[in-house]
Amino acid sequence: MTGRLRVVESHARRYRHTWRSSVFTGFVNPAFLLAAMGLGLGSLVDANNGAGAFSYLAFLAPGLLAATAMQTAAGESSYPVMAGIKWIKSYEAALATPIGIRDLLGGQQIWSMIRVAQVVAAFALVEVLFGALSVRQAALATIPALMTGVAFSPAIAWFTIRLENDSGLAGLFRFGIIPLFLFSGTFFPISQLPEQMQPLAVLTPLWHGVEWARDWALGSPPLWPWQWHATALAAFAVACFWGAHRALVRRMIL
Amino acid sequence: MIEDLVEAEGLVKRFGDFTAVDSIDFTVGRGEAFGFLGPNGAGKSSTMKMIGTVSPATSGTLRVLGMDPASQGRQIRSRLGVVPQDNSLDMELTVEENLMIYGRYFDLSRREVRARIADLLEFAQLTDRRTSKVEPLSGGMKRRLTIARGLINRPELILLDEPTTGLDPQARHVLWDRLYRLKREGATLIITTHYMDEAEQLCDRLVIMDNGRIVGEGSPRELIDRHTSGEVLELRLEEPVGALSGIGDHTEELADRVLVASRDAESALAEVHARGINPAMSLIRRATLEDVFLTLTGRTLVD
Repeated sequence: MTGRLRVVESHARRYRHTWRSSVFTGFVNPAFLLAAMGLGLGSLVDANNGAGAFSYLAFLAPGLLAATAMQTAAGESSYPVMAGIKWIKSYEAALATPIGIRDLLGGQQIWSMIRVAQVVAAFALVEVLFGALSVRQAALATIPALMTGVAFSPAIAWFTIRLENDSGLAGLFRFGIIPLFLFSGTFFPISQLPEQMQPLAVLTPLWHGVEWARDWALGSPPLWPWQWHATALAAFAVACFWGAHRALVRRMIL
Repeated sequence: MIEDLVEAEGLVKRFGDFTAVDSIDFTVGRGEAFGFLGPNGAGKSSTMKMIGTVSPATSGTLRVLGMDPASQGRQIRSRLGVVPQDNSLDMELTVEENLMIYGRYFDLSRREVRARIADLLEFAQLTDRRTSKVEPLSGGMKRRLTIARGLINRPELILLDEPTTGLDPQARHVLWDRLYRLKREGATLIITTHYMDEAEQLCDRLVIMDNGRIVGEGSPRELIDRHTSGEVLELRLEEPVGALSGIGDHTEELADRVLVASRDAESALAEVHARGINPAMSLIRRATLEDVFLTLTGRTLVD
């Protein structure tokens, strides 16, 4: 465990140089999103009673937390991992010390979760300030959001470790993260998707995070019990961590 | 206390069909500066990675600090100092932060690392750069910082992979001076290099590698005595090399000049002139490890 914590510490030391800008975007991005989607678009939706018993802003808020967790996890486990392997070669440097592959990956994942927790907490705070959710609702939605980060972070790391160079990462965001963000039930229920697309959405971890967050925050009648969502996210996380570990061994130990 | 810090027997490293290290035997004694000399692709770095426990041997036996790299990698690495070929420094961080992160990987307390950083920066002549970022430092400074980083755990064995490749002559001399100081203080060094002058400067004993095999072994002096005639006459000729037949012990034709190995290069040159040959250039010098390599492999070290 010590090795893993040392790796977390190294990430924190690097973060010291960039935290100011990251804190700024941590509050400004959610404010923009909520203003444009929740208030702007929401006024149209609510005029048609589109979100049922809730305001569109309230409907949107819990799912956005999960979607933001996904995006943060993707950011932390993609380019920084590529940099460690290929650009800065900090992984090679660390592996010349008592640090091993498991420490490197475990520490990176713990750090990624720390960042997800920071960003989700800031987002939840902004949602409360916007009046989208009560403090209690926001706090409840935070947990499924964190679990969404836990699921995505090792998956993105696995994908990145297997890439030869960073051109694949642009594709990941363009064809992976952004479509997930748009179509996984965050902005509208997946029942609005074409029939044949719906099972696909159920397979994506983000849908589970969004549904679970909405269930806990709004108490809306769930399609699935939350335990199923939790289990799906946890299983996905464990499988991807295992895959990422194997891939990193292959990449670093020649 | 063990006397041989590294022992290798029949050591092999294969990548698929390619054999990078082809059954080599060597030992490195405590307090020795040991070198692997050879051209790029000779298998030096692969051997270093096996000693550094980051690359498993395909076959053969290897003991590092009396331990087995396959099962005791972590313990071995905690007592090694590794200076990799490309520095792998974090350019965005300061000199001090690079050392701190690395020192913490060895589970040293922050206070202890800070104390060591002060000494190491003095050793690396970087004291006034402590809080500057790594990016703008010169190549020589980055290299010295990487060496300082490799010393943070007070290693018993220091691995230096191509320590001065890519540095200008002045920076190389500063670096050699630092490594020489480590040697005087009793450190055990393993150095890979494709520069014969570096091997001569730093190594007590070395092996010459070519195509994954060891083709010669000894001190620089021994190798030169054993495999050369002692002196070399370098000539640039208009005439075909055949005109030199019978002069010296051996002639070698390179792209731009001819080398005549001889115990007495002065007399060899006199003989050249006596035959009425007027070389565009002639130079007499002591034989070096470069000539040893040429004798053993028929090729030059740096092409």
